[in-house]
Amino acid sequence: MYTRIYILRFPKDTSEQPFIYQLVKQYDIESNILKADILPHREGMMILGLKGSKSNVKAGLEYLQGFGVRVERLAAGIRRDDEKCFQCGACTGICPSGALALHRPDMAVIFDPDKCTGCSQCVTICPVRAMEVSLGQNWALTDGGMSA
Amino acid sequence: MAKTYEQINAKIKAGEAVVVTAEEMVKIVATKGAEQAAVEVDVVTTGTFAPMCSSGAFINFGQMTPTIKASRVWFNKVQAYAGLAAVDAFIGATEPAEDDPLNKVYPGEFKYGGGHVLEDLLLGKKVFLEAKAYGTDCYAAKKMKKEVTLDDLPHVLLCNPRNGYQNYNCAVNLSDKTVYTYMGMLKPKCQNANYCSAGELSPLLNDPHYRTIGIGTRIFLGGGIGYVTWHGTQHNPNVPRTKGGVPRKPAGTIMVQGDLKQMSAKWLRGLSILGYGSSMAVGLGIPIPILDAEMAAFTGVADKDIFTQVVDYGYDYTNGISRTYGEVSYAQLKSGSIEVNGKQVQTAPLSSVVKAREIAETLKEWIEKGNFLLNPPAQLLPDAEREK
Repeated sequence: MYTRIYILRFPKDTSEQPFIYQLVKQYDIESNILKADILPHREGMMILGLKGSKSNVKAGLEYLQGFGVRVERLAAGIRRDDEKCFQCGACTGICPSGALALHRPDMAVIFDPDKCTGCSQCVTICPVRAMEVSLGQNWALTDGGMSA
Repeated sequence: MAKTYEQINAKIKAGEAVVVTAEEMVKIVATKGAEQAAVEVDVVTTGTFAPMCSSGAFINFGQMTPTIKASRVWFNKVQAYAGLAAVDAFIGATEPAEDDPLNKVYPGEFKYGGGHVLEDLLLGKKVFLEAKAYGTDCYAAKKMKKEVTLDDLPHVLLCNPRNGYQNYNCAVNLSDKTVYTYMGMLKPKCQNANYCSAGELSPLLNDPHYRTIGIGTRIFLGGGIGYVTWHGTQHNPNVPRTKGGVPRKPAGTIMVQGDLKQMSAKWLRGLSILGYGSSMAVGLGIPIPILDAEMAAFTGVADKDIFTQVVDYGYDYTNGISRTYGEVSYAQLKSGSIEVNGKQVQTAPLSSVVKAREIAETLKEWIEKGNFLLNPPAQLLPDAEREK
């Protein structure tokens, strides 16, 4: 099984397409919508967790790209500034996916971008603002995020 | 066999002192016993790096022509208290910038405050100084505006009236709405628990009855050298303690001072605590001389022997209600979950163990190199038992 989280950017004219249905039906991919902002005739964005065989996920992404959907690993848009982070651990209490976690017994704060769902709660919880989420301007301002 | 400060300092000067961190001492005392540990170890180093709100600095910013008696002063729009002599002011860590929206947009972000000003000065950045005055015969000027760096300021004295809290509450929220506190964001109905102590590395937890930490103790402060100058505000030795003498709730505190100019931005960091305010993380490390077996036993304290109380910040704390929802050890807190009201609750620290360890290691290096001697206190901090 292959599990990855992607950020998808949809062109204006694709909001009518039933992409998720096709991913499930045609490519046998478990799709988990972590965050979505799609409006008619506007550019849309979605954070989507995909789980399936590696070849199916690859084929599914190619199917999306055929419609002009830009696909990027979410992990590429989330970064921790290790110079700023002083490893207090405050973020570990609010991170819902375990991407920010304590390593025991030395209590170092570990960040695993592959586990991050882009909820962005850590950004303002971090007292030195060490977490950087670059998912587009309006995107970062939305709070919390919904979990499917 | 008891040792004196003079004997320990002679060994430090000769490069022969045995110095270990408080974490290392836990194992030494556990395997060899306190008597033997006292023979082998001369100094135990401690450390803590966490938000310490009661911090700030006296800044003397130098005169101009014509001279000024500043009555209101700002550094990067953060107001400093100027009700002192002509060009003296005190900037506090939690003072927000004057144009900060505070909690008007809830929860406020508090991006810049007094702690950030001190960090910027340490980073060598230019800080915008503005002063206003009413004008006198001896001080005619009514305003001053200039950019200053740390080098331009004649004197900057870090002066923290309450640091290094000996133990601290474990915070939960039993109400049904999220609260944003100085103990971090607490989800409703006790879904998370935050704690803030370096535990077995924490200075005052390794000298529970303040036998060696007192006025004049030389310490690691903000990456430089500082001193304990008094007991801190809210110092309260009179609390329930374990058999080993360790307070089971917040107890002793220290006031510390040092010349900011020899400190580092790595160990004094401006903080933005969501919905609460700005603050400053202070790096603090205290060396503890192992004068005898009792001090060895004290410094051998482990996370499993240190307990604190679970306190509700959803209702009780704000309403001044002193009530505990159970006692937990730091070993439990560090494990990642504790039990509160029969339910498992996830824990998160606010105090950096990694940085506390680094401070203890740094202080150990300084002492091993022979350039940091232990200063015997001129007067010990108030202790309940000593006063009986």
